[in-house]
Amino acid sequence: MPPKARLTREQIAARAALELRDGHTVNLGWGIPNLVSAYVPAGVTVYFHSENGILGMGPRARAGEEDYDLVDAMKVPVTVIPGASYFDQSIAHLMTRGRHLDVSMLGGLQVAENGDFANWKVPGAKGSGGIGGAMDIASGARRLLVCMEHNAKDGAPKLLRRCTYPITALACVDRVFTDLAVVDVTPQGFELREIAPGWTPAEVQEQTEATLIVSGQVPHMAVRG
Amino acid sequence: MKQKLFDSPDAAVAGVPSGARIMFGGFGGAGFPNNLIQALDRGGARELTAITNNCGSGDGELGILFQHDRIRNVIASFPGPHAVHFQAAYAAGRIQLELVPQGILCERMRAAAAGLFGFYSAVGAGTEVAAGREERVFAGRRTVFYEPLAADFALIKAWKADALGNLVYRKTARNFNPLMAMAAKITIVEVDAIVPVGELDPEQIVTPFVFVHRIVQARGVHHAAKS
Repeated sequence: MPPKARLTREQIAARAALELRDGHTVNLGWGIPNLVSAYVPAGVTVYFHSENGILGMGPRARAGEEDYDLVDAMKVPVTVIPGASYFDQSIAHLMTRGRHLDVSMLGGLQVAENGDFANWKVPGAKGSGGIGGAMDIASGARRLLVCMEHNAKDGAPKLLRRCTYPITALACVDRVFTDLAVVDVTPQGFELREIAPGWTPAEVQEQTEATLIVSGQVPHMAVRG
Repeated sequence: MKQKLFDSPDAAVAGVPSGARIMFGGFGGAGFPNNLIQALDRGGARELTAITNNCGSGDGELGILFQHDRIRNVIASFPGPHAVHFQAAYAAGRIQLELVPQGILCERMRAAAAGLFGFYSAVGAGTEVAAGREERVFAGRRTVFYEPLAADFALIKAWKADALGNLVYRKTARNFNPLMAMAAKITIVEVDAIVPVGELDPEQIVTPFVFVHRIVQARGVHHAAKS
């Protein structure tokens, strides 16, 4: 039997984007969160925050219209929308660390059932590694949403009882969006909120190290494309 | 009035000695003092400590300083996978590296600038960053103590300066530059344009002149080559 279909990265991003409300201020991290801006629901205006000093970041600049003094955290030339502001890096992180943004979304390596989060360093990886803004953002997020694959490339589960990779921040994650499920971090542990179409809660549990709390009928994730 | 205007980047960085602690502005290719960095490289100072967000992009930005083995110690948030000369020097064991969370890097510089002796933050609690640091619990949260971070020099980039040294920046090229200007003993700025005193709107000035010591108009590299 062929393996069951999982959501694509774009589909994870599209599901996560349904959390955004009109007027929200939102920081998007590297990885799947970076795809979320393409799926903001119609009629919703979101003010994207960039750690290098933008509130109100717009789409990527069109070819020929790039301004290399206006880039996002990945060095890509971007634009701003009406109502945008520029500020220095300390104010940018005062916003992340000081709980001033409505939503922060980060890519993840591991999430533990107590909300501990690891996303900055793979043990044994080559090179110096780097923290960037991840610790400030995760530690101070008003609502931290993690977007990641449910399992690592080798199949290892990423929703764990305890993180084994170096920690980014303790007890900080509110909700996780994966290619198999939407899972909330609660005082009791992981609660399964939604599952990918075609999957059962028991099958998602098989892909998860930590126990998933299931109450009642678990709805399917809304999938686009 | 003290003369702050210099004719060339080389003149502006003259006297930066080997062993100096230097802050470098810039983020994501924007707001790097590329002309000052190249002049510093030509000046030949060695055993430098670099305080920076990232460590260059190929030969660009700080890359040339690592390529020529000018830097021994790095305090950075995200050295970067494209910082090939830094990564080679780091792999060869020639670099002492301290990784600092990005916002904490900012606040440590602000603390130094503001005459504060440090602060506690929940950022880094329970992580490798906390190793060797004092921890305290405030309002039920684990926090870590961070000491101030000062420097002998800041090499920064601004958009416009007046002859006094008041600075304005352009878009995301602002990033770390105003913070570093405040946290270093001697701030050296390269700008796109120098305007007469009185021309910059006082409401718009981001860095007041008290933080700026040497000014040079940049005529060379504005943006690093793509890596």
